[in-house]
Amino acid sequence: MRRGLSPTWLGFYAVVYLLFLYAPVILLPLFAFNDATIIAFPLSGFTTEWFEVLWTTDALHSAVRNSAVVASITAVVSTLLGACVARASARYRFPAQKGILGFIMLPLVLPEIILAVALIVMMMQLGLSLSLWTVIAGHILICTPFSIAILSSAFAGLDQSLEEASFDLGESRAGTFRRITLPLVMPGIISSLLICFTISLDEFIIAFFLTGTDVTLPVYIWSQLRFPTKLPSIMALGTILFVLSIALLVLAEMFRRRAARRQGQGASATEGFA
Amino acid sequence: MSVFKPIIELRDVRKSFGTFEALKGINATIEEGEFFSLLGPSGCGKTTLLRMIAGFEPPTGGDIIIDGKSMDGISANRRPTNMVFQSYAIFPHLSVADNVGYGLKTKKLPKAEIKREVDKALSMVDLVGYGNRAAHELSGGQRQRVALARALVMRPKVILLDEPLSALDKKLRDQMQMELRDLQKTLGITFILVTHDQEEALIMSDRIAVMFEGQIAQLATPEELYRRPATKRVASFIGVMNFLDAAATSHDAAGLTLDIAALGKVTLPASAIPPNVHPSQITKVGIRPEMLTLLFDHDDRAEKEITGEVVSSDYYGDMTYYSVQLPQLASPVTISMRNTAGRSIAAPGSPVRVGWGTESVVLFE
Repeated sequence: MRRGLSPTWLGFYAVVYLLFLYAPVILLPLFAFNDATIIAFPLSGFTTEWFEVLWTTDALHSAVRNSAVVASITAVVSTLLGACVARASARYRFPAQKGILGFIMLPLVLPEIILAVALIVMMMQLGLSLSLWTVIAGHILICTPFSIAILSSAFAGLDQSLEEASFDLGESRAGTFRRITLPLVMPGIISSLLICFTISLDEFIIAFFLTGTDVTLPVYIWSQLRFPTKLPSIMALGTILFVLSIALLVLAEMFRRRAARRQGQGASATEGFA
Repeated sequence: MSVFKPIIELRDVRKSFGTFEALKGINATIEEGEFFSLLGPSGCGKTTLLRMIAGFEPPTGGDIIIDGKSMDGISANRRPTNMVFQSYAIFPHLSVADNVGYGLKTKKLPKAEIKREVDKALSMVDLVGYGNRAAHELSGGQRQRVALARALVMRPKVILLDEPLSALDKKLRDQMQMELRDLQKTLGITFILVTHDQEEALIMSDRIAVMFEGQIAQLATPEELYRRPATKRVASFIGVMNFLDAAATSHDAAGLTLDIAALGKVTLPASAIPPNVHPSQITKVGIRPEMLTLLFDHDDRAEKEITGEVVSSDYYGDMTYYSVQLPQLASPVTISMRNTAGRSIAAPGSPVRVGWGTESVVLFE
C-alpha cells in the first residue's frame, strides 16, 4: 500500500491554508479598533474612535446612500429579469434556447474590466452622461446571470401540474401566479435579491468607470486611500461592510435552502412519475 | 343508464405535435353519470385526449362539446371539468383544507361556506379531521383522496382522472378502485379515467374506449370488449387470447362453416359474425384460456373435444395456467383452470382431453 500524507501534515496544511485565506480579513477589525493612526504592529490600544469618525463624515454618508440606491434598484431589476429568464428556460422550449441562455450567462465569466471599458465606450458613443444610472445599468448586467442561476433551480423544481391544477380549479393565470407560483419560488427570489444586492454593494470596477460625480461606497473607499490619516477609519468601514456582506450571504443561503426543502417535500411524493 | 343524455361529445378530435399525429380523429359520446375509461398503451394519445377535454391543450381539428356547449376557445379555468392529476399536484405550501377549498376561494365564496363544503368533501373521501394537516404529512393514498376531494368540491359536470392509481401499491390500488367506483355511483358525476391497466379499466368502467396510435380501436362495455374484441390487437391487449388460423369454407342462411386449425370444421350461427368482419376475410379465430377446459374425469363432457399434451403448467394458487400442445399447431395454446377442491394438477408430458364450445369462438379478419 502506498503511504499517504500523515494526518498531522494534512492538519498543518489546512491551518496554513485558512490563515492564508483569512489573515488579511482579520487585519481589518484588528486595526479598526487599534488606537493609532499608523497601520502597523505592535497594536497600541483599544478605541472606537474610527467608528465614531465614520458617523460624522458626510461624504461617506452620501456614498452609502448612493450605494444603497444602486444596490436596491440593481437587485430588484436583476431579479425581475432573472425570474423571466428562469421561467422561460424551465417551461418552454424554443429555438436556440441553449445558445441564448449561454450568452445571457456570459457576463458571469467576462473580465469585469473589459466589460467596464466596453460600457464606458458605449455610454460615450450614446452621449449619455455618467451617473448612478449608468452604474445601475452595468450592475444589472453582471447581477442578472447570478439571479438566473439562483432562480433557475427554483423554477425548474416547480411541478408544472401544480399550476395546471390551479388553472383547472378556476383560477386565472395571474391568480395562479400569485397563489401558487410566487409563494413556491419566493425563497429563491429573496435569495436572488440578497445576492444581487451584495454583489452590487461590493462592486468597484464598473462603478469606478461608470460613475459621475456621485460615488458609490467602494469608489469612496478607494478615493480615501490617498489620505494616510483616513486609513484607520477605512478599516472600520471595511469591518462593517465585511460583517454586512457575510450576514446577507448567509441569509440568502438560508432562503435558498428553504426553497429547495419546500419543493423537496412536494417532489418526494411525486418521485417515480417522471 | 335509463335516460341517455350525452355530457361530452368528441367530434373528429385531432391533435398534431409538429409532424406527429397524436390523435387521428376521435369520435365518441360520453353519457351523463357514466364511468368512462380511455385505455391503451403509453403513447396511444389517451392522456393527450384527456388534457384536451380539460382544456390544457387546444385541438388542431374537430370539436369537443361539453354539456351541449362547444369548448372551442374556452380555457381550462372556465370548463365544467376538474382533473385529478397523476402526480396529484397537491399544493405543497397549503394545508389539506386550503388545498380542497382552493377552487371555492377562487369563486369568492364566504369563508363559512367554504369550510362547510370542504368538510363535506373531506368526509366523502374519508379524510374527516385531516383539514389542518400539511401536504407533506400525507401518505400516497391520502394525497390521492385530497386530490379527489379538491375536484369533487367544485361539483363539476365531469371529473377527469389521469392514471390516479398508478402510484399506489397493489392492495391500496384495489381498495381505491372500489371506493372510486362506489363514490362515482353515489354522486352520479361523470368520471373519465385514463389508464394503461386493462384490469383496472374492466373493473371500474361502464364503457371503455381502447386506443392505439391516436385512434379508438373499440368502444364498448367491459364485457363486450372482453368477449367480442373487434380486432386481434384489442383481443391481445385485454386479457389473454389464443389465436388459431381459420378460413371460411361456406356461408349461407344456416350459418358460417369454418375450418379451424387443430379444432377442425365448425358451423357457427350467422349471429356470431361481428358486423365489422366479412366472412370471406376471416383469417384467425380467438379463444380465451378460460373457454378451454381440461377434462380430467371420464364423466366430464364438453360440446367439442380434442386431445393434446401438457407442455408446462404455471401454478397461481387459485388458478393454474397450462400450455397445451394441440395437433397441427406451431405453438401451444394457453388454458386456465380454477383449482377447485379435489382437482389435481396435470403434469407436463401427460396427454389431456381439451373441451371447448363453438359459442366461445371469436372471429377476426
